[in-house]
Amino acid sequence: MLTDFSPRRLWARLPRRRSRVDVSPVLLDRKRIYILPTRDGLLFGLVLMTMLFGAINYNNSLAYALTFLLASLGVISILHAFRNLNGLRITAAPCPPVFAGSEGRLPLHLENTGPERNGLSVGFVGGESQRTVDIAAASAVEIDLTQIAHRRGRMGLAPVVLATRFPLGLFRAWTRLHFRAECLVYPRPESTNARPPPALLSGVGESTAGDEDFDSVRPYRPGDSFRHIDWKALAREQGLQTKRFVGQAGEPLWLSWELTRAAGSVEPRLSRLCRWVLEADCTGVPYGLALPGERIGPGQGEAHRRRCLEALALFQAG
Amino acid sequence: MIATDKITNINLRPARLWLLGTLALVAAPQLFRLPLWLACAGVILILWRLGHELRGWRLPGQRLRLLITIACIVAVGANYQTIMGREAGVALLTIMLCLKPLELERPRDAVLVLFLAAFLLVTHFLYSQSALTAAYTLLAVLLLTAALVTMNQAGADLRRALAVARHLLLQAIPMMLLLFVLFPRIPGPLWDIPQDAKSARTGISDTMSPGSIGNLVDSDEVAFRVQFHSPAPAPDRLYWRGPVLWTTDGRSWQGLRNHLQGRLLQGLEAIDGEVDYTVTLEPHGGRWLLALDLPASLPPGAEASEDYQLLGKSDVTAVKSYRLNSFTEFRTGPLPPHHRALALALPDGANPRSRELGGRWNGAGLTDRAIVERALALFRHEPFYYSRNPPLLGEQPVDDFLFGTREGFCEHYAAAFTVLMRAAGVPARVVTGYQGGERNRLGDYLLVRQSDAHAWSEVWLEERGWTRVDPTTVIPPERVRATPDRFRFRSTSPIGAAGNWLQRGWLTVRESWDAMQYSWDLWVVGYSPERQGRLLEQAGMERWGWEGITAILFGGLGLILVGAAWRLLRPAAPLDPVSAAYERFCKKLKRVGLTREPSEGPQDFARRVSRERPALAAQVRLITGLYTALRYGRHARREWLKRLERQVRRFRPR
Repeated sequence: MLTDFSPRRLWARLPRRRSRVDVSPVLLDRKRIYILPTRDGLLFGLVLMTMLFGAINYNNSLAYALTFLLASLGVISILHAFRNLNGLRITAAPCPPVFAGSEGRLPLHLENTGPERNGLSVGFVGGESQRTVDIAAASAVEIDLTQIAHRRGRMGLAPVVLATRFPLGLFRAWTRLHFRAECLVYPRPESTNARPPPALLSGVGESTAGDEDFDSVRPYRPGDSFRHIDWKALAREQGLQTKRFVGQAGEPLWLSWELTRAAGSVEPRLSRLCRWVLEADCTGVPYGLALPGERIGPGQGEAHRRRCLEALALFQAG
Repeated sequence: MIATDKITNINLRPARLWLLGTLALVAAPQLFRLPLWLACAGVILILWRLGHELRGWRLPGQRLRLLITIACIVAVGANYQTIMGREAGVALLTIMLCLKPLELERPRDAVLVLFLAAFLLVTHFLYSQSALTAAYTLLAVLLLTAALVTMNQAGADLRRALAVARHLLLQAIPMMLLLFVLFPRIPGPLWDIPQDAKSARTGISDTMSPGSIGNLVDSDEVAFRVQFHSPAPAPDRLYWRGPVLWTTDGRSWQGLRNHLQGRLLQGLEAIDGEVDYTVTLEPHGGRWLLALDLPASLPPGAEASEDYQLLGKSDVTAVKSYRLNSFTEFRTGPLPPHHRALALALPDGANPRSRELGGRWNGAGLTDRAIVERALALFRHEPFYYSRNPPLLGEQPVDDFLFGTREGFCEHYAAAFTVLMRAAGVPARVVTGYQGGERNRLGDYLLVRQSDAHAWSEVWLEERGWTRVDPTTVIPPERVRATPDRFRFRSTSPIGAAGNWLQRGWLTVRESWDAMQYSWDLWVVGYSPERQGRLLEQAGMERWGWEGITAILFGGLGLILVGAAWRLLRPAAPLDPVSAAYERFCKKLKRVGLTREPSEGPQDFARRVSRERPALAAQVRLITGLYTALRYGRHARREWLKRLERQVRRFRPR
């Protein structure tokens, strides 16, 4: 019994402040919005005090009136600042994966069911990627916030700050949104001067014009390599079509870890593999990925590419 | 967490132009008050910035700006001999406001400029508190607010900014009114106000020389307004007492540095003609509180002199309202010797002929009364003229007037009469102030203008004490040159009251306008600590003390805020009845646990609900069908809407 009151257990019992994670969509309401005066607001207060002293000193009725009017404007602007954020619905779409060195994107959808909102500033905590928008009444706005992905792996995106100084810049209303947003960062592909995978050297899978060995055509799907587009069909005004090759490669292309030994340490090796995956995907050759601890069978297409890139991104990532 | 969101809207040209326009509007009235060259400098500075916006002129660099700033400060200092005085301060503020736009780089600069402009707006009230000034200020505040709003938008939408500013102002006005009425007015000043060398104020002063009152006659400016609470006296009793002048050098008359007391005037025996009235006095830069001859009570905060002048504690620089009563029939007490000596003093060598004439009367063994009659008879029977532009007088002004020109205005008559009386051994003094007034029938008050300024004389007679004698009353109408002057002792009817319909119409317009200004002066500008106290007394709030009133004030403000918040933060109602009906439908379903997802269309939702609650399926489908037909169908009919609303009303999911 006595142990129940030990400091450790009591501490465990205290309601601790959990860092809130928000689930999209988030509807802004009273509990989430904070308001404080800005520096300009404090300066304004000082100006008003001076005016009030002047009014008292000179016993000037209209000076009193003006001071009171400006003070009332300031106070009413608190309500407007609050309303500027209140009722806004923010939805965070999943982050598309990116390559290391480029920018991870957090697509935000701001939906306004109420009257017009002005001067909303959206950005990551810390100041990266700052955007200011107006949203018309009963409409929505798409904003992409970007954050530079330095390293590969899973990058957690910083919390988002949605703030406004509307209408008079005297008060700042803000809210913090911490979406469980993670950006998958692939390793940066090596520059194109790298040696291509051995199998590609032999020219397998490269098609040259007039040398086709194709099976059929199907309608073009975004993502298909441009080399496989049936240009003649296009010229005949039959639309964009992609040629399908059958049994192109006798032997599947294996992109393996061992082949990259020349690149050096882990990261450059991953970069090279990444480049190879991209090139292989480009040429339409079925390819497989062999990493220590993971083996992805040969395949082709968008989903296969993503699986491979993801494997590269998460390889021995902490 | 450092706030790092920046509003960079100052980079948008429409916002900057709007800012400049607002600044120009705010600075304009002050620019008119500045000396010409300073005003031109201000205009040039603003135009420079405008040129930069529209034509791409180059702005001065930092060093040049510093130079210009120093030059302006020095110039203002040189012109006003100081930079600490009120006029100098305002001039400096105005020039700085014109100068600041030249370095609008950061948003912070723009905000500072706007605050400076707000400050400048207050200074306008030092010069004028009329309703027109108030209206102008309101407009300026609207534009300033809109300028601030443009700086906090992403795009520079001026129309929206103005709409928001209007909205804000309308919501702020109730709070402002409540504060205006209830905020405790502390009788100032809290510390010394920088006083300027007498700013030119028309009106009475304690010096009178030939022509000084004549100068006031052209001014139609309002001197004061009077509301009578008892029957008004006849027009020939309407003498408004101002400065009393005792000493003369033969030409000018001066008042005495008087011995003041804060209690009721002694020695005054009131006989008849009690009048109870309230005077609303326009600021005139002196301390005099005009009162009907002779005042019998002291308004709070006023002091009385031995010669029955009423004076306020400090210069009347704001509209002042006070209530008191007077007796038009009175007797004053015995004359102290030093007063007698003063009232008989005449400078040696001045106006010898007048002195000689007076001396003859003295020697003739006449009573004082008879002497007064003699002098009046002189003015009545001799060809004396009453004119606003009399010929100039020479070295001996009274002599020249009495025996030469015989044409003059009230000051000439009063001075000459007093000199004659003194020469004849009758104690006399000159009293200046106003006479008569114009009745405003709409507001039921008397309007006294600067053009009603008047001077008369007082003589001390054994039985009655100080008695008023106005020599101008004996001049027959045919010898009064200006028409208005002929009637001033006879009636207080305004000019045009008896004219044709056009004149009467125009009179009504003028009366209405003045009545409005009177109310404005009385209730807004003249809302002094005393008036606030009186208002609170009338409302029965006095007994709650200042703590109680402050509590009411904050309570009231809180109420207004809550009201505004409720109006502002209501969830926006759907604009059309179809959506409104559907919303109600969804709300009813929400209560039983079936919430429509934002991404769920009405058909999908209906299907889901039918699946989960088959009992409701029929109604839900009907309602959804009606809704989609109304919303998306091409030939929606009115009766469908009624049907939909009816169905939604009847819909009661459990």
